[in-house]
Amino acid sequence: MIKHESIETNAGLLIALTLIVISIGGLVEIVPLFFINDTVEKVEGVRPYTALELRGRDIYQREGCYLCHSQMIRPFRDEWLRYGHYSLAAESQYDHPFQWGSKRTGPDLARVGGKYSNAWHVAHLINPRDVVPQSIMPNYPWLIETDLDYSDVQDRMRALKTTGVPYSEIQAEYDRNVTNFGVDTADKLDILHAEENLMKQALKNDYDGQPSRITEMDALVAYLQVLGTMVDFSRYDEGYFADFR
Amino acid sequence: MAQTGIASTQQYNYEIIKKFAVMALVWGLLGMAAGVYIASELAWPFLNFDIAEITFGRLRPVHTTLVIFGFGGSALFATSYYVVQRSCQTRLYSDWMAVFTFWGWQLAVGLGALSYMLGHTQSREYAEFEWPIDLLIAVTWVVYFVLYLQTLRRRSQPHIYVANWFYIAFILATAILHIFNNLAVPVGLFSLKSYSLFAGVQDAMTQWWYGHNAVGFFLTAAFLGMMYYFVPKQAGRPVYSYRLSIVHFWALSFLYMWVGGHHLHWTALPDWTSTLAATFSIMLLLPSWGGMINGIMTLSGAWEKLRTDPIMLFLITALSFYGMSTFEGPLMSLKSVNALSHYTDWTIGHVHSGALGWVAMVSFGSFYHMVPRLYDTRIYSTRLIYLHFWLATIGILLYITAMWVAGIFQGLMLRSFDDYGNLAYTFVETVAFLHNPYVVRALGGAFFVSGVVVMAYNIIQTIRQAQLEAAAIEAKIAAKMANA
Repeated sequence: MIKHESIETNAGLLIALTLIVISIGGLVEIVPLFFINDTVEKVEGVRPYTALELRGRDIYQREGCYLCHSQMIRPFRDEWLRYGHYSLAAESQYDHPFQWGSKRTGPDLARVGGKYSNAWHVAHLINPRDVVPQSIMPNYPWLIETDLDYSDVQDRMRALKTTGVPYSEIQAEYDRNVTNFGVDTADKLDILHAEENLMKQALKNDYDGQPSRITEMDALVAYLQVLGTMVDFSRYDEGYFADFR
Repeated sequence: MAQTGIASTQQYNYEIIKKFAVMALVWGLLGMAAGVYIASELAWPFLNFDIAEITFGRLRPVHTTLVIFGFGGSALFATSYYVVQRSCQTRLYSDWMAVFTFWGWQLAVGLGALSYMLGHTQSREYAEFEWPIDLLIAVTWVVYFVLYLQTLRRRSQPHIYVANWFYIAFILATAILHIFNNLAVPVGLFSLKSYSLFAGVQDAMTQWWYGHNAVGFFLTAAFLGMMYYFVPKQAGRPVYSYRLSIVHFWALSFLYMWVGGHHLHWTALPDWTSTLAATFSIMLLLPSWGGMINGIMTLSGAWEKLRTDPIMLFLITALSFYGMSTFEGPLMSLKSVNALSHYTDWTIGHVHSGALGWVAMVSFGSFYHMVPRLYDTRIYSTRLIYLHFWLATIGILLYITAMWVAGIFQGLMLRSFDDYGNLAYTFVETVAFLHNPYVVRALGGAFFVSGVVVMAYNIIQTIRQAQLEAAAIEAKIAAKMANA
């Protein structure tokens, strides 16, 4: 049995033992999450973000939305009534980084997609108190005044591809996406046509109500409108997802 | 007194400590002022003024970064350099390395705050720095580690004093956490934007493993190092139990790293992980309270100092808040409590009873002890220390009480149903309820900041007084030389 004194008198030993002691918790709790298959539910419909949604998500991060809005619905009755089905791990499997949040100064946004019209979102982001008088959210008028910069959207998608998001650059990757997501989605995940797809989506949906321009508002609303809409829960039994927990 | 002072300024590198100490106060004032401002934005949203750079979402990381890394970090650099030199009775291994850590750290904090206001953020709480700043921090930290280790190795006595164990654990753990939580792929060499290497559930767990241990090692272990040096010094008696400090150190270092998952209760994190995290959170109560008892009981037999010594008052109050928040933490990590408290202001209140009550108070006490010794003088005004103490204490109490009210009531409102089984309140009705607690919280913050202003004045006057004394001595010597 070594005496504690031998640790106290040896800086190298103190450091080595401390390193061991502080490493165990993380190793036991984090590493298995990458290897246990049930960690992320097997579910259909979840796809990577389109170029426009991705730029919207970047803006969501830039403005620090995650500091007041969670994207993680817990399995409680009040949250079910207020927000919808509890969030699945699968639904944020392409979220680099995750945006689960830690504080709800405003409501959860995990399933805000489709809940309000584009026009409502635009009005709300320009001045929240115009539509929710008691809101304490800041105004974001610059979103609709600023043209969206999508010059580096391909680089952004490539960076995400490096992390493992299935955007495609070569034919084999595109074919894989066709198999996994269908042709329509596979087209949207094609890095080489990113700008073209982004413009197409913005012009087709005209999120910000300004058909002649693609603004940051277009991107952010496109992102908000897709949140929580990818999984069709009517296709699964209530008990199915519980088995993964 | 004067002689030992002069000897120790030559023997030790005090210049670097003075620099860090001053910057701790500068960042502290800026960061806490930013805190009061964003608290006011929540109470009165017009304060966002439609200016992107100062909206809540961009300013909140400025607040947390300036207080945690600017104030807390600089205070830790200052006190760790003081403690390692004094307790090892040796000068810092290298002066240039010390200066390098100073500029590296100040640059990282300053650039970080600026970059958030301009919209560059990794959007990971307390790790918002984008990748170039992360690299700067990593380099600075390696230099810090080497400097600290080499200084330890030239100690002039066999034993490494317990305070240094805690500082070492803090340096090691922070390095590991920083590196793994900031693994990211930059969009380009000339782009500040990067994407986290991990996604979803794994990313969340990595972030809160980091997030909670930023609390555990940056804001707790390191400040315990501070406590283990400055409390016995100020009390003029040895640490209460040497054996307890051994148990405290190893148990705390081991257990803390397991608890991050309690930030993710009821989420898509698997149950086994969050249950494990909750279990370890409960166990963590034991070493936490062991440490608190060890600190407070050091004063055993000298309790009258609490009546006569405001510095002791700061240190013991800090330990009391440490005990309180390390009880509240395990309580909130219970899944049933967490179901109510999570996502509410109760969490914010909990963090601040630790951050203001423990981290800031123990730093203030240590600074009041250390700064006069650095400048070989006495504190300018003891009465102003008392004033600071009361402003800070009133501020904290207003703050955490307001947040308890806000968090618990909002939690209860959100889960209440009417007679027909419908939700009793809409979300925004709970937001409206929060207005009054938010006003009180901002007021509490203002009290706390005004205390720091008093401290800054006291410290500036102390330094000025030291300069006058030094000038007077020099004049005397010059006069004698002229006469001779």
